[in-house]
Amino acid sequence: MRLEELRRKAREALAKPPAVGPDLDVSTFRLEAEKPREGLGGEVLERARMVGLEPSERDRAGTYLQLDHYALIEKAAAGGLEVMSISKALESYDWLADYYWRAVGVDSDKFTALAELKRTEGYFMRAKRGVKVDFPVQACLLIKTPKIAQNVHNIIVVEEDAELHVITGCATSKAAEGLHIGVSEFYVKRGGRLTFTMIHGWSEGIDVRPRTGVVVEEDASFTNIYVNLNPVKTFQSMPRVLLQGRNAKANLTSVIAASGKSFFDVGGAVYLKAEETGAEIVSRVVAKDEAEVVSRGLIAAERDRVKGHLECRGIILSPTSAVVAIPELEARARDVELSHEAAVGRIAEEEIYYLATRGFSEEEATSIIIRGFMDVDVKGLPPMLVAQIRRALDLTAKSL
Amino acid sequence: MISMALLELVDLHVEVGGREILRGINLAVNHGEIHVLFGPNGSGKSTLINAIAGNPMVRVTRGKIIFKGKDVTGLPTYERVKMGLGVAFQHPPKIRGVRLGELLQKMASKLAKERDVAKVASAVNMQGYLDREVNVGFSGGEMKRSELLQLLVQSPDFVLLDEPDSGVDIENLAVVANAINQLCEANVKPSMRVKSALLVTHMGHMLKYISADRAHVLFNGKIACSGRPDEILKQIMEHGFERCAECLQKREEA
Repeated sequence: MRLEELRRKAREALAKPPAVGPDLDVSTFRLEAEKPREGLGGEVLERARMVGLEPSERDRAGTYLQLDHYALIEKAAAGGLEVMSISKALESYDWLADYYWRAVGVDSDKFTALAELKRTEGYFMRAKRGVKVDFPVQACLLIKTPKIAQNVHNIIVVEEDAELHVITGCATSKAAEGLHIGVSEFYVKRGGRLTFTMIHGWSEGIDVRPRTGVVVEEDASFTNIYVNLNPVKTFQSMPRVLLQGRNAKANLTSVIAASGKSFFDVGGAVYLKAEETGAEIVSRVVAKDEAEVVSRGLIAAERDRVKGHLECRGIILSPTSAVVAIPELEARARDVELSHEAAVGRIAEEEIYYLATRGFSEEEATSIIIRGFMDVDVKGLPPMLVAQIRRALDLTAKSL
Repeated sequence: MISMALLELVDLHVEVGGREILRGINLAVNHGEIHVLFGPNGSGKSTLINAIAGNPMVRVTRGKIIFKGKDVTGLPTYERVKMGLGVAFQHPPKIRGVRLGELLQKMASKLAKERDVAKVASAVNMQGYLDREVNVGFSGGEMKRSELLQLLVQSPDFVLLDEPDSGVDIENLAVVANAINQLCEANVKPSMRVKSALLVTHMGHMLKYISADRAHVLFNGKIACSGRPDEILKQIMEHGFERCAECLQKREEA
């Protein structure tokens, strides 16, 4: 019954443009891709490593690997943890209906609609009640076949008092064109903890439309780290986090390095829907060449005794690049503490000169300053993930 | 025997933002010498440091800067640094996200020099600061010690020290002075010293710890007076910088 209802709503929304960001004609993308004959190799594997895939699966609690429309690896290597494709999970668990399209609206726009009507896999992860998984679970979504639409639907459930760390990488071969729609619904139950690190290595021909909804219950926390390494064609994402229970916390951190002709509209929204909830949104944006980045942030306080801080900093490296910072704060209760700071500009001459007196050329100084600028606080993550993020940021700073 | 001056300024005129700040500076610092530069606020002391170091915010309109016998007037800062110049800032900028220890390592590897950064850091009471972001949340005194720490790692032949004592508490004044003495090879026999410094200071506290060779008074963009540091300091203490102004005026009239 509900599935039919979802499908009907999706069909009605198939032409609905997104609330923000550039619209796309989704009919230009192919919905079929041949099942890959051989495994990963060559350039795609190289790019997958870059976004955090550990092919040996060492020091990983589980792996989900998808190429185009097909799950190649779906494996959990820790007790109390499940990792599988969404289609298998939906077949196995009737109760998954309680989590399917509950945090993201199926009729949000044409992209969510397409993900329902032409779903091409995605993953399901679950950390069972009280289980703390020390090693991260890795998920990797790759596009190899040109001009396809990869429409994944991911669901993560972290049960009561469980702890899960996920690192997910998305990548394509350099020359690829295509569309990636990623619907992600995360549920962090009472006392649970989820950290979600996403490293993207797209290419200049890819349009990317993640649609993320997160529900965080009492005393639970959600940390989202997003790092983008490579140019894209267009990218638009605004994860929506609902802090439903008392003392729930959210931290959204993103580092965007935009080059070429990339267009990014990226941000996050956190709704403080219970007392003593808290949110922090931090973004660092570097734009060069002809890239444009719209950096959004929204913290909405709907109950008393809540706190939120939003910080957006941007560096412009070329006169033809652009950074637009849109911080928003909403207070709908009296006893709230919300603040934001935003700063956008070029690198200070004074800092370049300072480093020149330490023996660094202008180019070297710029690279040092940018790497420092991107050095976001990633406390609370397992050390191997911190190292992974550092490596990704090193690569990014060098490439700019 | 090295006779050539390490640094020589010849009729140096410098503008900042279209305004002439330095109006014909002549100065020679020989190997192994420490020169002190006094002068009231706004006399052009920091501009002189900036000009010698090649800060693009200042513009040399006339004259020359000769370093190690080479005209470096048009050379970018990092090239001068490569030749052996070092600068301690009065107000260094914050470099967010860059740890002090990390910067020091980068500097050492850039110079292809082996450096025990931790050991050098403890010499200036900065061992606990290597994981801190450069100049972020540093007190005035911490900034000065961080500047000297960086110079000690660089080990330049000629150092420009812009008020290294301002904001430093009594306890750390000796630490700062020791670092400067180390930079200037105070422990080496005078005739064997090759490293030199130009030290800008507001007051004379530093001179109790450092034996300077020569002092100059910068007034209104010119060197009004030069002589023995103790004598010059005494003059300034007794008569203020006014006397220098008169002196300069007389010379200009003559």
